[in-house]
Amino acid sequence: MQILDFEKPIIELQKQLEKARELAIKDDKKGTREKAVAELEENLEKLKKQLYTHLTGWQKVQISRHPERPYTEDYINNITENFVELHGDRNVKDDKAIIGGFASIDGQTVMILGQQKGRNTKERQYRNFGMPNPEGYRKALRLMKLAEKFNKPIITLIDTPGAYPGLEAEERGQGEAIARNLREMSVLKVPVICIIIGEGASGGALGIGIGDKVLMMEYTWYSVISPESCSSILWRSWDFKEKAADALKLTADQMLDNGLIDGIIKEPLGGAHNEPEKAYKNVKAEIKKQLKDLIDMDAEVRIMKRIEKFSNMGVYAA
Amino acid sequence: MSWFKRVKGGISTTTDEKKEVPEGLWEKCPQCKKTISKSDLRENKYVCPEDGYHFRIGSEEYFNILFDDGVYTELDADLMGADPLKFVDKKPYDSRLLEAQEKTGLKDACRNAVGKMNDIDFVVSCMDFSFIGGSMGSVMGEKIARAIDFAREHRIPVMVISKSGGARMMEAAFSLMQMAKTSAKLALLDREGIPYISLLTDPTTGGVTASFAMLGDFNIAEPGALIGFAGPRVIKETIGKDLPKGFQSAEFVMEHGFVDLIVPRTELKTKLTNLLQLLQIEKAKPISVPRKKKKTAEEAE
Repeated sequence: MQILDFEKPIIELQKQLEKARELAIKDDKKGTREKAVAELEENLEKLKKQLYTHLTGWQKVQISRHPERPYTEDYINNITENFVELHGDRNVKDDKAIIGGFASIDGQTVMILGQQKGRNTKERQYRNFGMPNPEGYRKALRLMKLAEKFNKPIITLIDTPGAYPGLEAEERGQGEAIARNLREMSVLKVPVICIIIGEGASGGALGIGIGDKVLMMEYTWYSVISPESCSSILWRSWDFKEKAADALKLTADQMLDNGLIDGIIKEPLGGAHNEPEKAYKNVKAEIKKQLKDLIDMDAEVRIMKRIEKFSNMGVYAA
Repeated sequence: MSWFKRVKGGISTTTDEKKEVPEGLWEKCPQCKKTISKSDLRENKYVCPEDGYHFRIGSEEYFNILFDDGVYTELDADLMGADPLKFVDKKPYDSRLLEAQEKTGLKDACRNAVGKMNDIDFVVSCMDFSFIGGSMGSVMGEKIARAIDFAREHRIPVMVISKSGGARMMEAAFSLMQMAKTSAKLALLDREGIPYISLLTDPTTGGVTASFAMLGDFNIAEPGALIGFAGPRVIKETIGKDLPKGFQSAEFVMEHGFVDLIVPRTELKTKLTNLLQLLQIEKAKPISVPRKKKKTAEEAE
């Protein structure tokens, strides 16, 4: 497992603990070593809690990008049954950076889709690092319209470093593709739940992010720009990413405080990758809970509430 | 073979040293380098009579070009930028705002106006690039939303004139959500069958392109305008190749099918009038808002 720089003290303590355990097994006449082991265990738990409950913005960004973190496909495989993946935008091609299709969550059929990253170099290239082209957003919209047609709720899982800034992406209208999704998603007749499961970078994230409920997992980020790019533009150097991460107020709790998201889904201590099963369980429970409230609502009421929510975002003086 | 080689690439002038266009009677066309008198330039809608170069102009100029006799009523004029995140980079955002307000005499990067264009009631939301690069923060989002609401209430056409580098980073996710807000409002307008025109001028990029600017019933561009989602520098860095000539120009974007037509500013009012008359929109309520007296040319300058 990849260790993040700020997690090193934990690893040190873990090593000490292992050593102490070994010694305790070998030779522990007076029971003092057992005591030391217990103490170390306690310290480790304390340290973990201390560390993971006081993470900086940048540290959360790092966790959100952890290479072992569950991706969209992992969530689909672990919280739904009978997933049927649907491909293509019926126009140009099938964008591998977004996957989606119908699936069942405990008997409730949903349309579930999201950006997909890769695990190794080959996969990452195949998935274009989770950076969709216009056809990805158009595929997503096609699938969402399909869900609307068959009256099935929509779950979007967001995890992207941004929409792909490429030449062909511009030629095929990256801006238009995202813009259209924003407009169309705001008037979808079925419930829409959007969950940031990793990185929520700017328009590339928002392009599948207009929902009745927008939720962030605990160690994720969502903002108008990545801390690195923000640093390079505002500080004219790549070295201020930590400062930029703080300034952007991009973490789940800050986003909730600012009224820009509707809720936070708890993760296992230190991140979803530490105990993926727990993360799947939490996400599934949250989806079920939210759907229960949303499904009974009148479609028009739901749409107007959705639009009103986004319409109220913004702070200005008069 | 040139005598001198440029050693330093890119812009090396700091913001403090940046020179604004000097005030005076003459203007130089940045493209053909010819000198034009200011009054001639104004007469020609700030388009170079020699080579058709479109000077970057602000909301006041656009309103004067579009509305009959330059008469219009400004809406929501009191909205001002706030600093919800207490954002500090090299400078605190609130002092950046103050500076921009002092420098430009504007409250933020967007102004709304209603008036008559060849007798058609018309509401226009227009950006000012001089105010922090026309960047989109909460004020712009709210103003555009209100212009759309005004159009819905009075059943009159609405136009947004975009001239923006995109999102205002100092408002972070608040800025991002303005894309959602404006697009959602446009969805309501769309349902009600009221025309929405997006005028894309130089430059229109980033979050502005990826929301209301690309959602027009009619996407109209000014000749030569830079229009795109990602900025050219970012794309160049990503693909590691030079970009083809004319990439992301209005002509390029029209060629790829994302702009309905390109209209020179000198023909803008006529073309818009023609288009709106063809739509034969039926109005529900007569508009009664107080009209502002036209400023004389001297007062305006």
